[in-house]
Amino acid sequence: MDFKNFLESFNILGKCKRYGLSPWQCPQFLFLVMGIVIILSEFVFYFLGSYYIKDPKIVVLVISGLTGILFIIAFTIVKGFENLAESNRMKSEFINIVSHQLRAPLSNLSWTIELIMSGRLGKIEAGQLEYFKILRENNGRMKDLVSDLLTVSRLQSANLSAREKPFFIEEVTTEAIKSFSPYAKASNIEIKTNFEKNLPEIFASPEQVKMVIENLLDNAIRYTKGKGKIEVSIGKENNSVLFSIKDMGVGIPKNDQKYLFQKFFRSENAMKRQTQGSGLGLYIAKSIIENSKGKIGFASQENIGTTFWFALPINKK
Amino acid sequence: MKKILFIEDEEALQKTLSEVLTQEDFKVISSLDGETGLELAKKEKPDLVLLDLILPKMNGFDVLASLKSCEETKEIPVVVMTNLENLENVERAIEAGATTYLCKAQYSLTEILEKIKRILE
Repeated sequence: MDFKNFLESFNILGKCKRYGLSPWQCPQFLFLVMGIVIILSEFVFYFLGSYYIKDPKIVVLVISGLTGILFIIAFTIVKGFENLAESNRMKSEFINIVSHQLRAPLSNLSWTIELIMSGRLGKIEAGQLEYFKILRENNGRMKDLVSDLLTVSRLQSANLSAREKPFFIEEVTTEAIKSFSPYAKASNIEIKTNFEKNLPEIFASPEQVKMVIENLLDNAIRYTKGKGKIEVSIGKENNSVLFSIKDMGVGIPKNDQKYLFQKFFRSENAMKRQTQGSGLGLYIAKSIIENSKGKIGFASQENIGTTFWFALPINKK
Repeated sequence: MKKILFIEDEEALQKTLSEVLTQEDFKVISSLDGETGLELAKKEKPDLVLLDLILPKMNGFDVLASLKSCEETKEIPVVVMTNLENLENVERAIEAGATTYLCKAQYSLTEILEKIKRILE
């Protein structure tokens, strides 16, 4: 944490404003008030103790009064947390409902475009085909975004279908690479693999881990300029299996690195290079890996490349 | 000619897939709600049922249960086609006797067609 961030952490009223809460509903502000009350009460006790210690009735009265005040403040703080949690839940539910409702018209649109483009309803002109391709591409982007939003909302409500079980990560990785190889080939990118032999099974949800690997593969291909190479390695490290993917892409600017796993964040050079992308992929990856008791990280140098890695615990039989 | 019953309340989606299926030499009968769908299944005895889950009058799970409990229709393969992709629903549908479970948003028309053909082979 640098000095600016350290100072910002004291801007309590600013934080309350950001959450849309009044100071008396804002947990941070109430904690501050509680702190002040506790410190003041210690002073009051000290002075009262030195003057009135001969009359215990007054001390008992003051203690009761202060306990009452602290109790009321603690209650208000809990209430404030409840409001925050409730508004967060409502936001997730809202995203969930909207995304579901968007799915039906998007599927309709996608199937209709496909039907027209297939020529089953009659031949379409080459000039028209160009525009149908634009429609198809944009429809695909919307579908991906909706799908990402649904995943995020499920992750937040801890409702993402996850059946954890022991499995070999190299099998899931091979499957993911296979499905990405036409895309890599079309982008002039070679995918090399380097898997250690006799790797142990890991314990997580194979579907979710595959989602993470696909996300990292997609990024590696997307942000590599021209001809390039991607190296996917898997090895054992202490009690975990370590997956890493190294690309020769545009890299992540130093200033952007700390925000990389945040929701909707897209680094400056990623925006320059690719206008597509929701900025949710890495957030989803981090949430999945951390929910599976793993760790995720990266090392990157601008214009040289990036290595993303994650480690997941070995299955203990 | 194989007969397919399509129970789906989204008219546009029904129209698109029915068009492709008809062109591929399938006879398509369709219903926009669960109750009529179930009646049609008993009357027409199709070779395959494509079934949405969120339906008016009678939901997809109830239609599926009725189809599987009726002697005349229990052997008909049922493909559940929906946008609800949570694992609980998938498991519930498969346990109730669905042949397969497809999330519409994740499949193209061509992929759906291929799956249908494979089941009917």
